[in-house]
Amino acid sequence: MRRGARWFAALMISPTLLVLALVVIYPLLSAARESMYVRGEGLDADGFVIEGERFVGLANYAGLVGERFVNAFANTTVFTLATVALETVLGVAMALVMHGVLRGRGLVRASILIPWAVPTAISGLMWRWVFQADGVANAIIGEKILWTTEGVQAKLAVIIADTWKTAPFVGLLVLAGLQIIPTMVYEAAKVDGASAWQTFWRITLPLVKPALVVAVLFRILDALAMFDLPFVMIGRGKFSVETLSALVWDEATQLRYGPAAAYGIVLVAYIAAIVFVFVRLLGADLLADARSRKGQA
Amino acid sequence: MTRSFVLAGALTLALAATAACGGGEEPAAADGRGPITLTDTQSHEEASRKIIDAWNAAHPDEKVTLDIQPKDADSQRQRLINNAQTKSDAMDVIMLDAVWTAEFAANRWVDELPADMVKADELLAPTLETAKYRGKLYAMPWLTGTGLLYYRKDLVEKPPTTWAEMKETCEEVLPKQEGMSCYAGLLDKYEGLTVSFAEAVQSAGGTVVDDSGTPTLETDAAKAGLNFLVDGLKAGLIPEEGITFKEDEVKNALQSGKVLFARSWASLYGTANASDSPVAGKVDVAPIPGLNGPGSGVLGGANLAISAFSKNKATARDFLAFFTSREQTKTWATINSTPVAHTVLYDDPDLVAKYPYLPSLKEGIIKAKARPVAVKYGDVTAAIQNAVYPALTGETTPDQALSGLQQQLAGLLKQ
Repeated sequence: MRRGARWFAALMISPTLLVLALVVIYPLLSAARESMYVRGEGLDADGFVIEGERFVGLANYAGLVGERFVNAFANTTVFTLATVALETVLGVAMALVMHGVLRGRGLVRASILIPWAVPTAISGLMWRWVFQADGVANAIIGEKILWTTEGVQAKLAVIIADTWKTAPFVGLLVLAGLQIIPTMVYEAAKVDGASAWQTFWRITLPLVKPALVVAVLFRILDALAMFDLPFVMIGRGKFSVETLSALVWDEATQLRYGPAAAYGIVLVAYIAAIVFVFVRLLGADLLADARSRKGQA
Repeated sequence: MTRSFVLAGALTLALAATAACGGGEEPAAADGRGPITLTDTQSHEEASRKIIDAWNAAHPDEKVTLDIQPKDADSQRQRLINNAQTKSDAMDVIMLDAVWTAEFAANRWVDELPADMVKADELLAPTLETAKYRGKLYAMPWLTGTGLLYYRKDLVEKPPTTWAEMKETCEEVLPKQEGMSCYAGLLDKYEGLTVSFAEAVQSAGGTVVDDSGTPTLETDAAKAGLNFLVDGLKAGLIPEEGITFKEDEVKNALQSGKVLFARSWASLYGTANASDSPVAGKVDVAPIPGLNGPGSGVLGGANLAISAFSKNKATARDFLAFFTSREQTKTWATINSTPVAHTVLYDDPDLVAKYPYLPSLKEGIIKAKARPVAVKYGDVTAAIQNAVYPALTGETTPDQALSGLQQQLAGLLKQ
C-alpha cells in the first residue's frame, strides 16, 4: 500500500479509535489509577472527612486474599459454570424444538423467547415471589425451604432463575446456526441409514458449532458479570450469592472507590483470561475468517 | 501499516485525556435567591406538591420544583452522593434519611443550619437528635417514626407490655387458632434486621452504642435482647420463615392471620385496616413491649437539608422554614400518613381522628433511640446484620455474635 493510502486508512478509522479510546481505554486506565489510591479516609478533630486522595500502591489489592473476595470469586465461578452448562444443553434442545416444529412455529418461538425478553430486574422480582416461603416453588415440591436465606439453596435459586432467563438466548443463536445447515446433508445421512442420535452427534452438532461457540462465549461474558438477579431476588449483602460485580458495587456504595476499582480490574482480567482460554480451546474458528483475509492481502 | 495505527491510537488517547480533564470548577459561593428544587421521594409527592404550590403562589420569583427520587433508599443515597461529588447545583433542598445525616455532614455535602432555625420545644426530642451531627444542626427535623406493635384486637384483650406477657397471651390464644404464630418482625438480612436487633437490645434495657460512641454489646441486656429473637425463632413463637420477612411479608402475615402480633411501622395501620384487608377493623396498635416493661424502638424518619452546592441558599433556607413550619406540616400530615416531627400534632384532634395510632406512636417515639451515628453508617449496619443473622439461623451462638460485633463496631466507630 502506498504511504498516502495508509494515512488515509488511519484517518478513516480514527473516529472508531476515538470512540474506543473514550468508552473502553479511558475508563480502564482511570480505574487502574483509582485502584491505587484511597480517598476520604479518616476524620479530622471537628468530625469532618479529611479530603484529598492518597497514593497507596497495591494496598487496595490486599483484599484479594480476604474471605469476602474469595467467596465472591467462588460464587461468580460456580454461577458461571453451572448456568452456562445448563443453558447450553437447554438452549440446544430449545433450538431443535423451534427448528423442528411444523405447525404454530411463530407461537412456539415467541413463547420460548419470552423469558429472554423480560428485563432481569423484573424477572428477579418474579422469581423472588416464586421462591418466597409460601411461594410457588415450595407449593410444588411440598416442602418448606427458605430459598432466600443464606445457604446452598439461595445459590440454587439463582441458578434456576438465570437458566430460565437465558437458555432462550442460546436457543435463538443456535436456531440461526441450524437454519443454515443444508437439508441435503440430512438426506444423505438418511440414505446412509444413520440413526437420529448419530445424525445429531455427527452432523447437527459439528455444523452448528460456530454458532454455539459464539452463544456460549456471550453467556460466559454475561454470567461472569452477573449482578442484578442475585441482588433483586435474594437481596444485597447475602454472602451466599454475592458475585464479584456485587462486591464491586458494594465497595463503591460505601465510597471505597479504591478497593472497588481494584476488584473491578481483577474481574476484567478474570473475564479476559477465561475468554482467551475459551477462544483458544474451542473457538479458533472465530478468528479464522480474519486470518484467511490477512493471508490473501 | 501498524505504525500509523499506533499513531492514530495515541492521538485519540491524547484527545480523550484532554476531554476528560477540564472539570473541577469551584462552586460560586452563593447565598442568592431564585428558583430552587426540592429532592424528595415519590411516596411524598402528593403532600409535598401541595405545600410547594402554596409557596410558589406567594413567591413567583423563587419557585420550587419537585425533584422525585427513585424508590429504594440505596438509589436515593447514591443519587445525592453523585450530585455532591460532582458539586452540582441541580439540587438545593434534599431529603436525608435519618441515618445519613452524619455522612453528609462530615463530607461537607450539606450546610450547617443556624441553631435558631428549629424550635426545640415544638419537636420530638429524639427526632431532633437525628438531624444533628456532633451537636450541630445540619437538617430540619421533618418526618419520624418508630416501631409499633400491631395486634389482633379481636383475639387479644389487652396488648402486652412485656415479652413475657406477649408469650403468655400467645399460649392462651394460639391453640384455638390454626396455623397462627405469635410474632413477626423485620428479620431478613437487610436494614430491618439492624432495626430489629437494636430494638430488642434497647427494649431489654441496653444500648447498641452508648452516648460516647462505644459499643455496649457484651452486656446482659444485649444478650437478653438478642435471645428474645433467637429463642423466639427456636421456640416457634416467631415462624420459621420469619427470617425472610421484610415490611411486605410482615404485612402479609398479619393480613392472612398467620401471626397474632407483628412489629412494623405506622404505615401498616392504614393498609391493615383498609376496606380490602381481610383483617380490617381487627387490628390495633400499641407501643412495642420489652423485657421488664414497655420497649424502646428505633427511630426511622427523614429530615431536610440544604445542599452545600446550592446557588440559592437564601431561598432554600426560607423555603425550608416554611415547609417545616407547624401549619404546613399539619397540611402535609393530612395528606400523607408518614409521622411528622412536631410534638403538638400528635395531640391534634383532626389528625388523631384520621390516624388513631398517634398517641401510641408518640409514646413510642419519646422512648425511641436513633441507630448508631456513624459517618460510614453502611459499614456499621452491615456489621450488625452479618453478626446477628447467623445467630438467628443458629450458625453461631448469641455470645459469639455479640462479642464479635463488639470488636467490629469498636473498630468502625473508633475514628
